[in-house]
Amino acid sequence: MELARLIAVFARIGILNELQYRVNFFFQILESGISLLTGLIGLALVFRHTTALAGWTPAELLVVMGIYVLMSGVVQSVIQPNMVRLAQDIFDGKFDYILTKPVDAQLLVSIREWQVWRFTNVVLGLLVITAGLIWRQVELDLWQVVIFIGTLFCGMLALYSFWLILTTTSFVIVQIENLINLFEGLFAAGRWPVSIYPGWLRALLTFVVPVAFAVTVPAEALTARLSGATLALAIGVSGSLFVIARLCWRWGLSRYSGASA
Amino acid sequence: MLPMLDFYRSAMRLSMLVQFQYRTANYFYMIGMIAEPIIYLAVWNVVATAQGGTIAGYDAGAFAAYYIVWTLVRNMNIVFTPYGWEERIRSGELSGLLLRPLHPLHYDIAFFAGWKVVVIVLWLPIAAILTWLFQPALAPTWLESGVFVVAIWGAFLIRMMFLWLLGLISFWTTRVAAIYELFFAFELFLSGRIAPLVLFPDWVQALADWFPFRWTFGFPIEALIGQLSSTALLSGLAIQAGWILVGWGLVMLLWRQALRRYTAVGN
Repeated sequence: MELARLIAVFARIGILNELQYRVNFFFQILESGISLLTGLIGLALVFRHTTALAGWTPAELLVVMGIYVLMSGVVQSVIQPNMVRLAQDIFDGKFDYILTKPVDAQLLVSIREWQVWRFTNVVLGLLVITAGLIWRQVELDLWQVVIFIGTLFCGMLALYSFWLILTTTSFVIVQIENLINLFEGLFAAGRWPVSIYPGWLRALLTFVVPVAFAVTVPAEALTARLSGATLALAIGVSGSLFVIARLCWRWGLSRYSGASA
Repeated sequence: MLPMLDFYRSAMRLSMLVQFQYRTANYFYMIGMIAEPIIYLAVWNVVATAQGGTIAGYDAGAFAAYYIVWTLVRNMNIVFTPYGWEERIRSGELSGLLLRPLHPLHYDIAFFAGWKVVVIVLWLPIAAILTWLFQPALAPTWLESGVFVVAIWGAFLIRMMFLWLLGLISFWTTRVAAIYELFFAFELFLSGRIAPLVLFPDWVQALADWFPFRWTFGFPIEALIGQLSSTALLSGLAIQAGWILVGWGLVMLLWRQALRRYTAVGN
């Protein structure tokens, strides 16, 4: 309960802060719109030459794209801003203040930033998913939706854990911009189902960068492709990633010596 | 002329030395960029396989060749980002640049040109690994190789001019992200970056002829992988030269207007 209250307080402060800059909302919509349009034109270009991509129909790929947009919205509005700020704080020593607070430090560094306008992509993603589902014209049962939401949360957990592991490296090395750049490049692979990639790349996108669990698996849940084994794997991998992230965090903390801010 | 050459030689050497010091950071950056062409390549390979191996004259080997050459061309056409202008203006860094004896454009060209030399060297091992992974079909003639070597520098200069031009918008407004993103979206489709231009409908290919984009991406790649006739190769270089001149002229024209808007802050 304490956890929910803390998150609510930080989210409220973050949102109030962003609400001051209302014009940004329109520019965010413009940018999100351009980026979505780019993705749709890419999809249209592919389906100009074929009717199905590795067994996925255009409608189903629209669902994949929707989930990709939604997930990148989550990353951009909460996960990435928090992690970038954490790296900055470690660099200039403000991280000392976090350690003096009576709450778990990992929790605190994960909920401080809320870039509310970037949630535009979450809403846009949901719209695209809905459009894809309507176009596909196959009824969903409630059970599928429940599993979809479950896999979505597994995906978010996996992404968060991955980012935290990435950011804990800033306890040791200073520059993490390049790591972020690397992540963004690989995450873009999520626009397409991971099954289209060669084996070595699919393994990389499944077990190293959790693109498969963040985008492809939820899409499989919505398009009746998901097997029990994959679902178990998704839960197992995101759970383990979280534990690994926690261990990395502890290890990083033990290396932090403070910089007397 | 000679002092100018001398300047370029020294400035390029300096930036080569600087960038070679940051080779690890450069490498991370270059590896991060490889994901994009590999994604395109994977998609088109799946499509080509589903269509019996070939679409619009491209088979798996040709696609592999296209996107591996793509990685070098992409590296060549990274230039001063238009987003950088806001910082230059806001921090007053521009005042310092204006005090120098040459036009700031020269310093940018020389700095990035020197960097490119380091990038080409660092790219070679990446190309070797990609070649081993994707088996490209690549057998350029001497003429094609020669045109390619010139064309990547032409591509660099064209993109340098036009992104500079785009960056100058910052003198009028700081709300530039949406404009830039629109520009990059156009570039993505009309340059051959997302896919070879022959895969697009005819009207898109016709539209692409009116913009400089295809001469910074598609042309150098197509030149090396053997898609162009000798006439197309040589006239392509001429058109590149034309676009460099157009870009340069526009920069000179807009630069004067832009500078009038600049009120210096001490650096």
